Amino acid sequence: MGKKKKEVDDRFKRFGTVSFTSITKINDFIDYLDQGKIMGTRCKECDLFFFPPRADCHNCFSSDMEWVEVSGTGKLVTYSKLEFAPIGFGDDLPYAIALLDYGDYKMFGRIAGDVPEDEIHAGMEMTARVNTLPNGQLNYVFHKA
Amino acid sequence: MEKVGIIGVGQSAFVRGFPGSIRELAFEGFKEAMQDAGIPTKEIDASIICSAPEYDKQRSPAGVFAEYLGLVPQPTCYLESLCSSSSMGLRFAYSLVKSGLHDVVAVIGFQKMSEISSAESQERMGRGADIQWESPFGTMMPAYYAMYARGHMEQYGTTLEDLALIRVKAATYGQINEKAVYRRPVTFEMFSDPESPMSNPVANPLRVGDCCANADGSSCIIVANEEKAKAFSKKPVWILGLGAASTTVNLAGRDLFSGLTVAQAAGEEAYKMAGITAKDIDVAEVHDCFTIAEMMAYENLGFAKPGEGKELIKAKETYKEGSIPVNVDGGLLSKGHPIGATGGSQIRTIVLQLRGEAGEMQVKDPEIGLVHNIGGVGLYGNVSILGR
Repeated sequence: MGKKKKEVDDRFKRFGTVSFTSITKINDFIDYLDQGKIMGTRCKECDLFFFPPRADCHNCFSSDMEWVEVSGTGKLVTYSKLEFAPIGFGDDLPYAIALLDYGDYKMFGRIAGDVPEDEIHAGMEMTARVNTLPNGQLNYVFHKA
Repeated sequence: MEKVGIIGVGQSAFVRGFPGSIRELAFEGFKEAMQDAGIPTKEIDASIICSAPEYDKQRSPAGVFAEYLGLVPQPTCYLESLCSSSSMGLRFAYSLVKSGLHDVVAVIGFQKMSEISSAESQERMGRGADIQWESPFGTMMPAYYAMYARGHMEQYGTTLEDLALIRVKAATYGQINEKAVYRRPVTFEMFSDPESPMSNPVANPLRVGDCCANADGSSCIIVANEEKAKAFSKKPVWILGLGAASTTVNLAGRDLFSGLTVAQAAGEEAYKMAGITAKDIDVAEVHDCFTIAEMMAYENLGFAKPGEGKELIKAKETYKEGSIPVNVDGGLLSKGHPIGATGGSQIRTIVLQLRGEAGEMQVKDPEIGLVHNIGGVGLYGNVSILGR
């Protein structure tokens, strides 16, 4: 009679080309990505909104959070196109990492591969969408709004 | 007020592929510092070992180093804040001595980066950022700093040519620093020459020439209370001011992309503690892991107004003969950047300058020097002000 193997909720291992985290309290984030939704969390106690989502509020110490979808457009703050990649990311080259400013929060991600390089400029309006990577992993990328 | 002094400084040569183990690497910096201090090892009451983790296999290097360097049974521990680890070590050594808990403390920084490949190294460095929300996008240090370079260019019209001038300056002094890993000259023209590796893109807008050289190296700083410093040393250098700060690891939590808030905050704190302003600094070592990092440091430390850093380098004011000499030992760009050893090496340079012992790199009669050492992508900032 062997012990029943405990199920491990490691859904977060599906985030990004290579995920360095597998177990987190905000694993539902991955299910939302599967549905095409990018979600942040809002503290039900003090109303503070977090993106990236968090399980715990550092403001009021509550862990009672609700999921809120990130929508609308953000302004491109800055970006960089990589010609050389860290180990594990070489197949994605070339790609650009970037930061979008949604006003109340910012989002770190990548610029979609089909945005022509000469059209990318700081201040442009962009919108983040869920993306499935060639290796089946999930992330989000920024498209022209 | 009881002062805290630096009575010995040392560093290994910064090299590619150190032919020895990490404890043997640490020995080189420690030996030079102890010979500089001219004291027996038994006078060291405690040691702080500083590096960024995961470049070698040793877990808890403090015990191994203490044994190899003859520093047992005194207390020892490991401390890290990525690339600013050994400046943070100086801060903790200061507090250990100032509190009276110890009289003399050794701060030993090291990094042996050559045990892993460059791509692995980029992955390690990338994981010094937010591994949950950023690293899965394939981040690395040059790309993060490239985002700041673009931010600075957008805000102030800084150009790639301005940045190239900083590398040319670094190479000017790397050539005359026998401890530097990169001893060759770098010309302005190389940045526009497709045949030169300096012009190769790494993470745009940054090119190979904008990036510091990985290296193996060690450094050591011997810190003592006023009584011991005066008893042991003919030329103690005093710690006048210390500042340190942090910010959000995820860039999404930040508002400024044309400067580093940690450098501004640490600088202000250090100036206040020392009772001086930027104008009083005679020589500085700043954390030029990338050319843009030095440009931002000029402005964040008050050597230039925001956006006017480029005028300093264009006018060669940060050369040895200029009004505020910066990184006249080659900096991280040419001297090399063995992460955990870097802060100690910067401190060593300033101590030698203040003692008038910097040889060919000596600036004219400096009284007050500054060390600006940054960990991660502007994540941790340490500013240390030293004086004669």
